[in-house]
Formats: sequence, C-alpha cells, structure tokens
Amino acid sequence: MPFKKWRCVICDYVYDEELGAPNDGIPPGTRWADVPDTWTCPDCGASKADFEMVEID
Amino acid sequence: MSTATLAPAWRDSKRYLWLFGAAIMLVPVLGGLLYEATGWAVWWWLGPLFVYGVIPIADWLVGTDTNNPPDEIVPTLERDRYYRFAVYLAVLTEYVAVVWGAWTVAHGDLAWYNLVGLTITIGMVTGVSINTAHELGHKTDKLERWLAKLALGPVAYGHFFVEHNRGHHVRVATPEDPASSRFGESFYAFLPRTMIGSLKSAWELERKRLARKNRSVWSIRNENLQAWAITIVFFGALTAWLGWIVLPFLLIQAFYGASLLEVVNYLEHYGLKRQKRADGSYERCRPEHSWNSNHVVTNVFLYHLQRHSDHHANPTRSYQALRHFEEAPQLPSGYASMVVLAYLPPLWFKIMNPRVVAHYRGDMRLANIKPSLRDAVLARYSRSAAAG
Repeated sequence: MPFKKWRCVICDYVYDEELGAPNDGIPPGTRWADVPDTWTCPDCGASKADFEMVEID
Repeated sequence: MSTATLAPAWRDSKRYLWLFGAAIMLVPVLGGLLYEATGWAVWWWLGPLFVYGVIPIADWLVGTDTNNPPDEIVPTLERDRYYRFAVYLAVLTEYVAVVWGAWTVAHGDLAWYNLVGLTITIGMVTGVSINTAHELGHKTDKLERWLAKLALGPVAYGHFFVEHNRGHHVRVATPEDPASSRFGESFYAFLPRTMIGSLKSAWELERKRLARKNRSVWSIRNENLQAWAITIVFFGALTAWLGWIVLPFLLIQAFYGASLLEVVNYLEHYGLKRQKRADGSYERCRPEHSWNSNHVVTNVFLYHLQRHSDHHANPTRSYQALRHFEEAPQLPSGYASMVVLAYLPPLWFKIMNPRVVAHYRGDMRLANIKPSLRDAVLARYSRSAAAG
C-alpha cells in the first residue's frame, strides 16, 4: 500500500506517513490510522480530527 | 434525568457574563444616548474611556480568577451551543454599531472633535471584533468561518483570517513571525512590521495554497479576496447610502481598530522564543511561549483571550473551556491595562524587560531579541549574570 499524506486544515502542515513525526516519537512509516488520537499538529496544535486526507502528488 | 445527577457539580461562573462580549459593541450607541441626555461632548469618547480607563480599573478592582473547568466536563462545555450564539450575537451588534456610527457621522451634525471621538470609539468596536473573528476563525465549521470573515469586514482586516491560523500559529514566538514582538522592540516599531509582514504572509499563504490546486492567486477561492470583498461591499454600500463623508470615517476607524489588535499581539508574546531542535525545526509551542492574565473583566470582554497559552496549545478549543496554566508567564495586569503601557515604550521596557529576563533566568540567548539590539542585550546580561 503506498504511503499517504494528510494535511492539517488549520495550518496546512502535512503529515507524510513515509516520514512520520520523529520529533513526537512517531517513527517513519507510521500509518495515519496508527497515529494516536492524542497526537496534535506539531505546527499549530490542532487535534488529529482536524486533519483531512490530501491526494498523493 | 439521570445525566443531570451524574454531571459533575462544576458551573461556569462566567456563563452569562460572556454576553458582555456582544454588549460592548453597543458602547458607541450608549455614548450617543448619554450625549443626547446630557449634552456632554465627552460621551463621544466613551470607547477609549471604556477600554483605557473603565476596564483597567475594573480589572484591578475585580482581580483574577484561576478557575478551570474539570477535564471531564470540557466535552459537554464545548458542545453547548449557547456559547457559540453568544459570539454570533457580537457580529450582529458590531454591524449595528458601525452602521449607526456612519449614519451619525453623516447626519449627526457633530463638531469635528466629537467626530474624532466617535471615529475612535467605532474603531474600538471593530478592533475588539477582530477578537470575535479570532474565536470564530479557529473553528472548522463553515458557518463560523464565514462569520469570522464577516466580523473582519468593518475593520478591513480580512487577511487576519488566513494569517492568524496558518501564519501566526505556526511561527508564533519565533523571529520569523511578524506578529510576535521582540525584546527591545517598541510598539511603534512593531506596528508597521506586523501590519506589512502579516499582509504579505497572508497573500503568500493563499498564493501557495491555490497554486497547489492549479489556481491563480486571483481566484474567487482566495480567502483574502473573499474577506476583503466584504469590506468593499460594506464600505461601498454605506458610502452610496450616506455620501462620501463616511469614507474617511470608515478608513480611519478601520486603521485604528487594526492597531488595537496589533497592540494586543504586541503584548501576547513579547520577547518569548521557541528554541530550535537539532534538526533546525522549532520546538512545539508550549505554555511558556505566551503571556497570560487571569484578570476577569478583560477575560470576559475578550473571550478568555488572555488564557493565551492554552489557546496556542489547543487552538480549536472554545473560549469557555480555556484553562489557566500555573507554569505560564503572567502579565502584571490584564491586557487592557498592558495596552496603555505598550503605548509608552520607556514604561513598557521598564516593567516588561525585567520579566523577560527573569523568565529566562538571565540567559537572554533564549529570548526573541530585536536584531539591532541583540549583541548589546547579550553583552549586558551576560555581564550581570557573571557579576551576580
């Protein structure tokens, strides 16, 4: 399954499954579904529910 | 019902006070009525008297409130539609005040000094309305996002809607943010930097977003253009109805209103800085990166804006649920009093600079310093740290 990207609707930060979010302890390759619900946008603090899926470039 | 008995016994002591946020928009009309009754010209200046006088004194008299809603009640509190309607009402009363003000300019037969007072007073209303737009613009709800743009119409600051969420929240408390003030930077140096910088940034953010969708920046989907269009339609309609005389009134009050937002921006993050990680990215925005205040009166009029740390940590959290953090840096008084101080840079520096130094325990390398002063500030405080 190819990696997907998710964009924060508040600030445009992109969560790329391929890269993960190592600063938040989320290793590269972590699927969006496996990102904890308590995780928030590293740029603006929006909750996981405020993200939407973006198309793969 | 059984849910009532299960609910924790916490009550929002400010529940009905939140309506003051909508009521304050009608201060100019109150001033006009008092002028009718007494003939005293001072009532046309009720706006600045209220913001720079009554609220700071009331803050001092009423004091602070560190009461937080318990975590388990927050979801219920967030869902309570009453709080949202209280904010919608403030958009309506804002428009009532501005239309009334424009009509009075055209037909009130006011002496020039009364016109100046009225213009500033209406500017206060539209300036405070940026705070209404702020509360609405953080929501993902379509209606609320439109109401945010509507609230920004009379103050001609529609790009705030774009810049605040996607610019300011991302870069807050970093040297890259035009809306985060720096140690040693006076309000008068900050004002043009934030006004021009925020406008450029908002335009760039929309250009990039639209480019991703293969659209021109001049698209109808450009949220800056959408929000500015509300201003053009509103100002145009008032001018067509009441004549050219209202146009300078509208433009001056809008500039004044925008400056009121920016003076509040000035004090929210003064001198505070997020540190860079080894990979060059900034650490997350934490409570220590915003100045807070628990002064009740200003908090009621500004929808808990002064609980600013929690707002930056949880930007979609509604105002009624924002919490006070013990570890957040506290201002000596409410935002309304601090605004007056910000207008007087020597006094501001005298009171706030030591607080920034104390916050960083003398290690000013951690602070956000005005670049031209950086070397001097570092030299001065490293000496005093060494001597101490």
